[in-house]
Amino acid sequence: MSVTAKNLCRDEFFYGHKACAGCGGSLAVRNALKVLGKNAVAVLPAGCMSAVGFNFPQLCFANNAIISTFAGTASMLTGIEAGFRARGIKDFTAVGFAGDGGTADIGIQALSGAIDRDDNIIYICYDNEAYMNTGIQKSGLTPFGAKTTTTPTGKNIHGNIRPKKNMFEIVAAHDIPYAATATVGYMTDFLNKVEKASKIKGTKYIHVIAPCPTGWGIPVSDTIDSAREIVDCGLWYLAEYENGKFTLNHDPKEFTSVSDYLKKQSRFRHLTDEDIQMIIQSRDAKWEKIRRDWRK
Amino acid sequence: MKPYLREKTSFSFAEVPSDTSFEAGYLVSKNAGWRSIRPIIDMEKCVGCMQCYLYCPDGVISIENNKAVIDYDFCKGCGICKKICKPNAIEMEAERK
Amino acid sequence: MKKFLSGDEAFAEGIRLAKPAIISAYPITPQTIVVERLSEMVESGSLASEFIHVESEHSALSCAMGASAAGVRAFTATSSQGLLYMAECLYYASGGRFPIVMMNANRSTALPWNIYGDQRDSISQLDSGWIQAYAENAQESLDLALMSYYIAEKTATPFMVNLDGFILTHTYEEVNIPDEEQADKFLPKFETDNKLDLENSKNMAFSAGPDYNYIFKFKEHQEMLNAVSVIAESEKKFAEIFGRKYSGLTENYKTEDAEFILITIGSITGLCRETADKLRAEGKKVGVVRLRYLRPFPTAELVESVKNAKAVGVLEKDISFGSEGTVFTNVNSALHGAELQVPSYNFIGGLGGRNISRSDIENIFSEIENGAERVNFIGIEVK
Repeated sequence: MSVTAKNLCRDEFFYGHKACAGCGGSLAVRNALKVLGKNAVAVLPAGCMSAVGFNFPQLCFANNAIISTFAGTASMLTGIEAGFRARGIKDFTAVGFAGDGGTADIGIQALSGAIDRDDNIIYICYDNEAYMNTGIQKSGLTPFGAKTTTTPTGKNIHGNIRPKKNMFEIVAAHDIPYAATATVGYMTDFLNKVEKASKIKGTKYIHVIAPCPTGWGIPVSDTIDSAREIVDCGLWYLAEYENGKFTLNHDPKEFTSVSDYLKKQSRFRHLTDEDIQMIIQSRDAKWEKIRRDWRK
Repeated sequence: MKPYLREKTSFSFAEVPSDTSFEAGYLVSKNAGWRSIRPIIDMEKCVGCMQCYLYCPDGVISIENNKAVIDYDFCKGCGICKKICKPNAIEMEAERK
Repeated sequence: MKKFLSGDEAFAEGIRLAKPAIISAYPITPQTIVVERLSEMVESGSLASEFIHVESEHSALSCAMGASAAGVRAFTATSSQGLLYMAECLYYASGGRFPIVMMNANRSTALPWNIYGDQRDSISQLDSGWIQAYAENAQESLDLALMSYYIAEKTATPFMVNLDGFILTHTYEEVNIPDEEQADKFLPKFETDNKLDLENSKNMAFSAGPDYNYIFKFKEHQEMLNAVSVIAESEKKFAEIFGRKYSGLTENYKTEDAEFILITIGSITGLCRETADKLRAEGKKVGVVRLRYLRPFPTAELVESVKNAKAVGVLEKDISFGSEGTVFTNVNSALHGAELQVPSYNFIGGLGGRNISRSDIENIFSEIENGAERVNFIGIEVK
């Protein structure tokens, strides 16, 4: 049975936290834990969600949860999963929630190691496309053109000059049992992927787009709109990797306007028409490959 | 089950744990003060579709008797619920200070 | 049972008897033999641990912390660059009060690259909140493997056992291996509340702001100081069960009437004692104090040992650039605290594995007696 708002567990496991209003990352953590339930053992590295959720004596997880080192999400998950098994505990889920920097930059080595060992863990990357906790610096998942505090815009450089690292396919290249992309904008798609991951043995990776109003420069009420538009305009896609094959979950007949998506966010407001054309071209090239190579 | 506010909010030297391990879900402060606007549910219009509950980043909306109910102690007033609400049952009102 | 074992192998035997549930380690010379032997023990079934092949030292200790936070005994081992690479996790483990045991094969730190033994790696981490012991021989290595868990778990403080690279890790000696029954009698099962628990959920490894942070740090310090009495307690129990006695944070050799005392660490001590015997035969009143532990620092023990000396020397395979040997600094602080007006001299030697000879040690005793520079580098004539 698929996960819906109606059958989703009514308990709240991530509550009272100090995330900014409208935070997409906190929504991803909140709902993933509702799918996994009270026996989820969560590991969160240094980053937004640990900073807002674990300030003694304000401790915002109802389930077991622990902060890892920034680079150590996956390796600490490995230790916890093995430790619980050594104690003879069977009914639990070791789940990590790391941001884009914690996943694609500083944590990629430990993540690669865990997938290589096929440790029985779920790793969820909440991607808000920059180091938001430290004040919006460029990460390996910051998209082309985005203005951050370390990729400023001026006459010479229009923000970040490199595209997002392709984490989903990097992870898939390990021949991981299950990987998926998602967005907090299409919540039931995300939650059903979490549910599916919880039933699969071995390492699971879910990459969920989680807009940050502060870092993206959008109103706090627009998190979900942006999280939907990024898929609707084709700059993100909903897909899965399983049994060695990629599957596209949603193939838009027609993309919405990339320009409209970008222009609503102050981080992209400086982009020229040429910049936007480049973004569209790279989107089209990606989708050509997806439509050619992936199952639908 | 959810983290909840506790009576004991400060700890003496002896009460501070010797390790970094403590009871899960222990809250000592609210988030209500962050808000400049608050969501108000129109119970006539609310159809109990649960979309506001599903998309609230703070998890402060619960559904009771098929109607949305907001925990104002922890609502930050982001307004996602208003935007997500198809029957337009939620209005954002200024907080009276 | 007696066997001819290297320091690394003896340590692995001790770990087999301590039965950690999780071993997570990454290979680095000269630690590798420990993890190879442990892997073989896991394969043969003589050790019921899970050996986790982590992809780095940072992950080795991060994984061990995860296991400890899950409530089980964890072990890792490293050396040199590996220890420095996991440095962030050292502080994390001690702050989180995870009683992990780690063997460190003392080795020089790059640059220049060098695989041989000195103690700059572990001594650079004295402030990381780990108990630090330094073994002298293979038997003590094995015994410390067992005792370290006893002490770590009773003090909720991680424990680093240091073995001099190659000189101890790769040198074979006859070692007495306790049987499993004895080991079980000595080392209780690991029980802790500092764990993730489905029946009693925890939020762990949290932040603590200025209002509380200092209290956590003070308690960490207090518990490390308390380790002094736990070490004594563990050695008493150890002697009762195994018949081998250890002397706490320091080990004295002919210090009672000694006028000139050399303070040492680790495997060089044997040669220092032999040299002391030779000089004694020539009528010199000399003695040796071996620092078995650098954290907690043996302040009281050291003062008691050298209080009647006319001068002391500190021989260490370490230098804090721009200052002096760190052990020397620590020793002087202890002497100063006790208002002992004894002259002290620092002898820096063995860096990058350079041999320290019997004549070097004779010279050191002579310089302690006759006066020397405050800081002296063995093999370098600078006046």
